[in-house]
This record gives sequence, C-alpha cells and structure tokens, in this order.
Amino acid sequence: MTKLDSKIPAGPLADKWTNYKAHQNLVNPANKRKIDVIVVGTGLAGGAAAASLSELGFNVKVFCIQDSPRRAHSIAAQGGINAAKNYPNDGDSIYRLFYDTVKGGDYRAREANVYRLAEVSNNIIDQCVAQGVPFAREYGGLLDNRSFGGALVSRTFYARGQTGQQLLLGAYSALSKEINKGSVKMYTRREMMDVVKIDGIARGIIVRDLVTGKLERHGAHAVLLATGGYGNVFFLSTNAMTSNGSAAWKAYKRGAFFGDPSFVQIHPTCIPVHGDYQSKLTLMSESLRNDGRIWVPKKKEDAEAIQKGNLSPVKIPEEDRDYYLERRYPAFGNLVPRDVASRAAKERCDEGYGVGNTGLAVYLDFKDAINRLGKHVIEARYGNLFQMYEKIVDENPYETPMMIYPAIHYTMGGIWVDYELQSTVPGLFVGGEANFSDHGANRLGASALMQGLSDGYFVLPYTMQNYLADQIGVPHFSTDTPEFNETEKDVQDTIDKLFAVKGNKSVDTFHKKLGLIMWDFVGMARNKEGLEKAIIEIKMLRKEFWQNVSVPGEKIGMNVELEKALRVADFLELGELMARDALHRNESCGGHFRDEYKTEEGEALRDDKNFMFVSAWEYTGTDKEPILHKEPLVYENIEVKQRNYKTA
Amino acid sequence: MDLKLKIWRQTGPDAEGKFIHYPVHNISKDASFLEMMDILNEELVANGEEPVAFDHDCREGICGMCSLYINGHPHGPDDSITTCQLHMRKFKDGETIVIEPWRAKPFPIIKDLMVDRSAFDLIIQAGGYVSINTGGVPDANAIPIKKENADLAMDAAACIGCGACVAACKNASAMLFVSAKVSQFALLPQGKVEAKRRVEKMVAIMDDLGFGNCTNTYACEAECPKDISVANIARMNREFFVAKIS
Repeated sequence: MTKLDSKIPAGPLADKWTNYKAHQNLVNPANKRKIDVIVVGTGLAGGAAAASLSELGFNVKVFCIQDSPRRAHSIAAQGGINAAKNYPNDGDSIYRLFYDTVKGGDYRAREANVYRLAEVSNNIIDQCVAQGVPFAREYGGLLDNRSFGGALVSRTFYARGQTGQQLLLGAYSALSKEINKGSVKMYTRREMMDVVKIDGIARGIIVRDLVTGKLERHGAHAVLLATGGYGNVFFLSTNAMTSNGSAAWKAYKRGAFFGDPSFVQIHPTCIPVHGDYQSKLTLMSESLRNDGRIWVPKKKEDAEAIQKGNLSPVKIPEEDRDYYLERRYPAFGNLVPRDVASRAAKERCDEGYGVGNTGLAVYLDFKDAINRLGKHVIEARYGNLFQMYEKIVDENPYETPMMIYPAIHYTMGGIWVDYELQSTVPGLFVGGEANFSDHGANRLGASALMQGLSDGYFVLPYTMQNYLADQIGVPHFSTDTPEFNETEKDVQDTIDKLFAVKGNKSVDTFHKKLGLIMWDFVGMARNKEGLEKAIIEIKMLRKEFWQNVSVPGEKIGMNVELEKALRVADFLELGELMARDALHRNESCGGHFRDEYKTEEGEALRDDKNFMFVSAWEYTGTDKEPILHKEPLVYENIEVKQRNYKTA
Repeated sequence: MDLKLKIWRQTGPDAEGKFIHYPVHNISKDASFLEMMDILNEELVANGEEPVAFDHDCREGICGMCSLYINGHPHGPDDSITTCQLHMRKFKDGETIVIEPWRAKPFPIIKDLMVDRSAFDLIIQAGGYVSINTGGVPDANAIPIKKENADLAMDAAACIGCGACVAACKNASAMLFVSAKVSQFALLPQGKVEAKRRVEKMVAIMDDLGFGNCTNTYACEAECPKDISVANIARMNREFFVAKIS
C-alpha cells in the first residue's frame, strides 16, 4: 500500500513556506535549458505556471483544448479574487483569510496549504496590477474592494463582472510573451488522452489533435495537469462545454490517487433550468448578493399563484416576503457561504415556496438597493450581469426580481496532491481546480481565482523546480519507447472500441441520463439509499453505453461526437467514484450533505472523530472496488468548531 | 417554431464549400441559437450524417470561441451579445436563417463553420503584454491610476478576441482588435515603458498576416459583441504616430 505523505514542512505555520523555499533544491540557469516540462491546460493555474516556468528558463510545452490559450474556462469567473491586503482597513490579515478559508471549507482542508494560499494572495494582486490588469479603482486612484460570502471583511478585488477574464488575459499575456521568446511551444486544439509513465515516473502524455484526429506523443521531465474540474459529470453545470474530467481520470487510472471526489460545489445563484434541450446553466455572480436580497413568498398560496403565472412578485407586499437567509443567519444574511445558501434555497422550494413556472427558483431582488443607491449605481456595479440575465430570461431585472436556483459550479475534489502539489505518481503535478485543492468541503467565493494563480505563479515554479533538481542528469529523451507505444495503443484501442459499438443512441443521451442520476442522488442532498442506487444505475448505464452508443463519422479528421464519447466514457466511471466517496463519508460537511447527518436546525453535522481526513482513492481496475487511503487532517492553529453564520 | 436553415458546409480548408438546406421543427423560442444547432446536430447524428462543426465553449458570452455569421451579421441580429447568447425569440416562425463562417483571408476555414483565428494570438505574441516576469513587482497600490483611465482601459480590455470585427469589415481589418489591446496599455502607466515598441510590432504583424486596412466604416463597432469603441482605433493611430516620430 502506498503511504500518503503530505510532505508538510516542519516548523510554525507562518514559517513553513518561507522555510521550504529557503531549503529547497534549485536548478542552475544552464541546466534549466536542458529540462522539458509539459503543462496541460491554459487556465489560471496552467497559463501562469507555464509562463513562470518558462521565465525561469525551462523548456515548456503547453497544450489546450480550445483554439487559443485565452479561452480556458477560468475566463468565465465573474465576481473577483480574494487577497489579504487589508487595504480597506477593516481588520483583514493573512491569518483571517486562512481562518475564513478553512472554516468555509468546513475543516476539511490542509492547514499548511491554506496558510500558504493566504500568504501569497497579496503577491497575486501585485503581479496582476503590474501586468496591466484593469482592476476596479476608487477616485483616489487606489484599488477598490467588495465583499463575498463567508467573510466579514471586504477583501475581494474585481474587474467589473469579468474578473476571471481579466486575470486570465493577464496570464495569457505572460504566456504570449514567453511564446514570442521561444521558450514556450504552444499546442492548441489538443486534448490529453493519457499520461505516459516510465519506471513509475510521469514522462509524457498522449494527446489527440482535435483537427486532424491524429494521436501525438510528447515527452518531458515532468508533467503538470491544470485541466480544471469535472462538474460536467452532471451534464448541466456552469462549466464550459469542453470542460471535462478525462485528464484527471486518466491520471487516476495511471496511479494518481483521487482526493475527495464527492466534494462538489453547488452555486446558489444561477439562472434556473428552463427546458430539456438546455445545454448549460449560466451563473449570476455571487457579488450580486452584496446588494440583492433573496426571498420567497411567506404564503404558499402566493407561491402557487406565481408558479401558475397568475401573480407577479412585485405585487407581493413586504410583510408577505420571507427573506429566509436574513431570517436564519442574521450575522451573515445574504452573504452566507455557497453551500449554506444553496441548501436553504432547496429547502424552501422543496417545501413548496419556490417560484417560477417550475417552482424551482427563488427571487434575488434589487428593489431596496435601487431605492437606496439609485439605478445608475446598480447598473455600474452589475450592468453586464443584468444584461446577460435579460438576454436569457427575457425579463428586466431592474423591474422584476431575478429568479435564481442552485447549480453545479465547481469541484473541490480532484487529484490528491502533497504540499508540493505533486500527485502520488512522481513527476506528475496537478494545479488549480484539477487538484483536490485548498478548499476542503466547500470553496468560498473569489477563492478559485486566488488558488489557480497561487498555484501557477507562486507555488509550482518553486516546488516543480525542487523536483526537477534531481532530473538534470536525465537527457532529453525519445518518445519511441515501449511505454509510449503501449500507452498510445491503449488510447487507440479505446477509440476503436467506441466506433465498433455502432449503437443507436447519441452520446448526449447517455450524458443527460448520467447527469440526472448524479443530480438526484449525488447532488445537493445525499443519503445512503440514494447513493447505493446511484452506484447500481451508473454501472448499468455504463454497460449500456458500451453496448449502444453511436459514434458517427471517421476516426481521422475532426469528430466532435468522438470527443464527447471519450469524455462521457470517463464521466461514467468518475460518477461512480463520486457516489462511493459520498457513501463512505457518513457525515455532512460543506457541500457534502447527507440527509442522515444534520443538526436539529437542518445544518450540516460533521463527525470530526471519524471523518477528519482527506479520502484518497486508489484505482485497482475497471469494475473493481478502489482502495481508500486516508490523510488525517490536523488542526494546530485553528479551533475546530461547528460553522456558525448566525452570529459573528 | 419551425425554421429553414441554410448552412455553409465545407469538409476541409482546401475543399469547396456550399450551402445545404436543413429544416428544423418545434424549436422553443426560449432555446439559445446554439441549442437549436445542437438539436439539428442530434438529428443529423441520428440519421447517420455528419454533424455541423462550429466553435463554441463557455456558452455565456465570454470565452470568445463562438462565431457564426447569421443572416449577414456576425453573432446574429441582436446587439451586444455573442452567438451563444442569442435566443430563438429573436427570429420569426417559418424564417429562413443563413449561417456562414467568418469570411476573411487571415481566418482560413477549418471545417464547416469553424475558422482558424490563431492570427490573433500571433498579434498578441508580438507585443500585447507588459514585459515583466513573475515576482519582484511593486505593491499594487504603489501604482495609483485615475479611475476614469482604469475604466477606459477596462472597456478596451473587455475584448473577447472572437474576430467579429474582422468578419464585419469589408476589408477584413483587425484594427478594432489590435487597438483594444494597444489602448488598454496606452491608458495605464504600466504600459508606458514599452508603448513605442508595442504599437509598432503589433501593427507590423497585423499587416504581415494579411488583415486589411481601416476605412472608417465603423462596421466593427456596430457588430462587436462587447461594444468595443472605435475611439480605440483613434487612440492606436495616435500611439502609432507618436511612435514613428519619436
């Protein structure tokens, strides 16, 4: 059995990262030129890491699935990025950001990693400003901040409702600079198909050129996966259409343990589902909760009249509105963390107080904010979001309250990594959303951008170098080896197998079915019976997929259906692991909510005695039970208690 | 809604393309345009035909991956949105919808409605950045910036690199795209150091790649899904002029 070694440096929490850097191994400039690194993915983590590693002098090969590295899904993040700058003088500090993140994650994240994240958060803002990222500013010329859920301070930096876009374009510009210099070689429209291991060490990847359909081999001294999350296992999510879990899943099947796969974030403020032809869900930024108030009708008959289309919400008087978040959580009100807000919305809708024609929506109302501040202020703050809402729903949110409902948004789970962000496969590093991350069982708003850029700019360039210092004696190697041959053959065999099925159901049919199973049983609320059912149903669906999927077109050349089939084949395995993970964790924590484990008031009830650990799953073969490894979580610098957002 | 689609099909960059007619039925007016395309593709797949290839990803108007020239307009008839944000309620029952790829020499067709926009990446690689490395930068608040300038820089930086400006222009000019990036940096103190080098290099490569000249028709601004202003082109011309005389 592989022992899980988190490699947390010794010493006091606040000194760990400084000490690590002071004692780590470095590679001299002449030797860096001899070393090749592969980076898969060009989002915040991948783009930033690739640029930074190239600046240091390594040869970097970068791969992305889109037609340009500027389009990675980090671009869609709206609200902002956290940092412990304390510019507003409201009592923030590195410790407080660390504390809020660990508490927000319901005490299921590694202390040392989270502290490092909080520590480098300030460097990120400095870096981005120096790159020319146009953050929002005050009239005095200094940076503006706003508040996000789960915090009592304003520590979120933002660029209108397009913070992810601007930060990604910052990383993309740094990457472009390095491509121009010649030390980064960029490969677009490529999808990673597998990891190649030689003597147990990650030495390369097999990719598929999505235009020609050809398989390619690429070798390197180390491989970094920054391939994002697997939220699309639910079919409907806020993720982009090509966001997928296959790179992480292939790494898992090659020996990298999968950490906390069931930890999924359901974002409370998305535009509700409207039809069965729907392809994705659109997020409305959490920043809207700064000024919007969430409510449903107090009277069930009002809710029913609204559902039937016989009553307009603007007709409901103030005293008949239930601002349920403000009622239940007086201290944090509308700014409770995402998991809490999502469950509260589900609770009201399940009780029959939901609105919209499906009854699966709640109101996010800006009436009071518009009266208090004026329409122009709200427009300046959220204009692009209001416009986006109006284009989709065909209602004017300045006049009628927005309708929102929770949707799958982010996966806290991912490939298990140690303090150096290295997986259990030596030489295979994982950054950003793709790793099991610093967010524990729930991620706070504006922390994904922080983690992606922290990993990419300030952590991986150090920790990967520490690993690569060992590799200077390894020459550039050929990809004409038995290991590359075998791995490429495995990929080709899977493709051949998919074409050989010649069934009569489209890939999307299976994906939608899987999504429904996942949403019903592995979604916002889970229980033993449902999870056991999900495991059986997913297995049956997987079997049917391999008997009846239709993949039209050719193996050579562009084939979008084949791309989707390869991804869904992996989702059909990953979904089962998520259900297993949720089933074994007999407690509720953060986004993982088991009906059987809750307080009398309906809040998540952790079991710290038995479950204060990271679940790391080891692959043993398809249709075989994976092995569970446990990394105990030790809290030395923070008092573990039940999360409380009722009082400060 | 029932619609008649007239879609450009082309098997590869060098193949000859042509319009093919496809009827679609029972489309909800609340469906997005790309969801309508998904429904068409699902039908084609069910009939064993090749689905129509088109670029798309985030489906919320920010990644810039989607394109499509719809009834003579890049990103279709609605204002200030991308194709993925276009909804079928903007069309009439029974309408014929003509769907074409971006047409510009520097954007060769890959297949059907997909084009190769890597020319835009090459322009950014020539100078669309501040040449600083990771680390060793001053505190973020050590660089105060006038709010008005930060806002204007953000207006320009909102460009999603979709290429609608090039597709809209009768000259296939990339001036709006290039000027948006040049303007963002021209408005910020961080961009001043390399201002001359940046504008010269970016304009030179834009010309080399075969993009046409700007003849001030403003079609680019009219069709831009992010409302990038042609004032940026004026700003870039100023930057270019200053660079040439300095």
